[in-house]
Amino acid sequence: MLDLIQSALHDAFSPLGLSFILAAIGLNVHYGYTGLLNFGQAAFCAVGAYGMGVGIASFDLPLALGLLIGMVAAALLALLLGIPTLRLRADYLAIATIAAAEILRLCFSATFKDYFHARDGVSGFTAGFRSLNPYPESMESALTFSREDLWVVTVGWVLVAIFCIYLWRQMRSPWGRVLKSIREDELAARSLGKNVYGYKMQALVLGGVIGAFGGFVGGLGNASVQPDSFNTDFTFIAFTMLILGGAARIMGPVLGGVLFWFALSLVGGILGKLSQGDDPIISNAILDPNQLSSVRFMIVGLALMLLMIFRPQGIIGDRKELAIDAR
Amino acid sequence: MHLRRPVGISLLLALLIAILSLGFSGAASADDGDPEAGNLVSGALKDTSNNDAPVADVRVLITAPDGQEYEAYSGADGMWEVFVPGDGGQFVIAIDVESLPEGASMREGRPTELRPIANPKQPLRINFDIGVDTREVASKWDQLPEKLYNGLLFGLMLALGALGLNMIFGTTGLTNFAHGELITFGAVTTYMFNVTFGWPFLTAALMAVLLAALFGWLQETALWKPLRHRGTGLIAMMIVSIGFQFLLRNLFQYFTGGRTESYDEHTTPEGHDFLGLFTYSYRDVALAAIALLVLIGVMCALSFSRLGRATRAVADNPALAAATGIDVDRVIKLVWIIGTALAGLCGVFLGFSLQVTFQIGQLTLLLLFAAVCVGGLGSIWGALIGSLIIGVLIEVSTLVIPADLKNAGAMLLLIVILLVRPQGLLGLKERIG
Repeated sequence: MLDLIQSALHDAFSPLGLSFILAAIGLNVHYGYTGLLNFGQAAFCAVGAYGMGVGIASFDLPLALGLLIGMVAAALLALLLGIPTLRLRADYLAIATIAAAEILRLCFSATFKDYFHARDGVSGFTAGFRSLNPYPESMESALTFSREDLWVVTVGWVLVAIFCIYLWRQMRSPWGRVLKSIREDELAARSLGKNVYGYKMQALVLGGVIGAFGGFVGGLGNASVQPDSFNTDFTFIAFTMLILGGAARIMGPVLGGVLFWFALSLVGGILGKLSQGDDPIISNAILDPNQLSSVRFMIVGLALMLLMIFRPQGIIGDRKELAIDAR
Repeated sequence: MHLRRPVGISLLLALLIAILSLGFSGAASADDGDPEAGNLVSGALKDTSNNDAPVADVRVLITAPDGQEYEAYSGADGMWEVFVPGDGGQFVIAIDVESLPEGASMREGRPTELRPIANPKQPLRINFDIGVDTREVASKWDQLPEKLYNGLLFGLMLALGALGLNMIFGTTGLTNFAHGELITFGAVTTYMFNVTFGWPFLTAALMAVLLAALFGWLQETALWKPLRHRGTGLIAMMIVSIGFQFLLRNLFQYFTGGRTESYDEHTTPEGHDFLGLFTYSYRDVALAAIALLVLIGVMCALSFSRLGRATRAVADNPALAAATGIDVDRVIKLVWIIGTALAGLCGVFLGFSLQVTFQIGQLTLLLLFAAVCVGGLGSIWGALIGSLIIGVLIEVSTLVIPADLKNAGAMLLLIVILLVRPQGLLGLKERIG
């Protein structure tokens, strides 16, 4: 049992989990604070990760420049996507962003194969990042993380802390209050002379760039960037984490993300244990090892439904603050 | 009220699981157990410059994911194979060009080294191109009639799903992200009755559509109606439907185990030539005819019958409709039943062209959205027009863009339409906010 909890803790703080947490922090700016239903967050992570990966692997750019390219790419995507779609109703925005994310994913997996390497993905861009690793060589593994992973995790959590503090300040500022007012009542904000469109665009860019950092951390942790990891499920999982923790709360996506991966891993571990061995408690006719991941994600789907029905504000959210329902 | 909902959802799930487990319990059992896990790597070498003659005694070097190296020589039939123990991963497979016999050479520009990635136990089939390219490439535009035909066919099938999605959106305002999964439901249940139970295809298909209708009724009764009555917002409901999509898709994967299956009958119909333009089969013509009949039937019913008028009244203003004596809940229930049954029928048909897999829903959902938005959200006839446009677009676009990108064209059209004419081709302006 102890090893299950340990491996669940490992997953909860892993680079993969971190990339989703950063994506969810970005989504929190979109959905939680501004009420923008962005279902294409995967696209922002993807352009971030590909910008960095291709920049370093194909053009031999230094790490910092690669990161810059990723961030600029995410900001450009936000502008490109936002200029036409931010005027649309919420559900249209959702469909337009999900479609844009899908177009990008298809382009990454089927065009410019010399740079994107199709399904195999981009790799060979981690050297610069790993050379900055301050942990001693002798340290083989700590806290069940390898030396490389520990470095990614450290950087990732520092990023999470920076973004949280930044957003905490921003959301208390007049700027943040305008965002919230747009979420609550767009018309009222407009009648006060606020440029609703401009604010929405700024929120979309900010959340998108934070999403790009999710792509960086995921790519560096995985040592490769693959198109299919940025499918629509990516966004939906980030959404589930955000809603679990509580949208419109600074710590919502962080808490939700850690809990999500912890629970997902723990459930998988327990089910795996129960269905293992010669005389498993859950017979193999009901659950064989190949079915484990389906069962885990069935639970994710059910959890998202029940959360949205019974506790849409999540664990630490405020129900009154989340009255978003544009129609 | 608060207590009843979980009961409803669990009832819904229980029924689904019961139905599916009946069919797949036998098929889903694991086939592992062999101690020798590994990948069988094989290939056949033939020289296209020399009438596809097999090329013998060529050395192929295989580097396994763990760094272990293997080599294989092609036999007199050009075949080579080697079994690599392990759990899959990145292979490096190179052909030794030096060992090619006199007269044979690699095709220009083709790789002599391939780097495939294999799953555990997945056999790898490796092809190296030797000799000149002799494939006959038909002129692009000669394929146009064929592409048009295929596109219209696919569009008709898609329209069944799009009509249901559009009806549900039109009456309840819900953008149902689980609609693709309702299509998968049709394909998977048909497969279950047809293959696992051995029923004739027609009976199985009929049963699948009936079950889909039942599923629609159950969904509305156990999930959506209580949510509506509770005052849950449309966006919250949309996110609930995303959760439902996750749940259903993984439930299907649990039973089908990620395999791609096909029905027992009519899988490879005989092709007939039509004036030298394209090849058709009686099966596809029959499917298209059924789809068209059902579509026109439902659309006429919605346009002209009393029920249809009631549906549109509910769509425009539920409160006003209720005030004029229309039973709003009954109308919505009927819309769910018909919409889900149509999705089921769509799944039955798509099970032929896309094969039966848990991914049908994921593959079609965005195409459905594209069709519905292009035709007009909430517009009954728009669903058919939009689907036909999307179907033709994705098939014909493969003439100019790579086939892998064909769905991107549909997505692009979706975005363009949302920008230029958000109400869609046939939609009404007041429906967009």
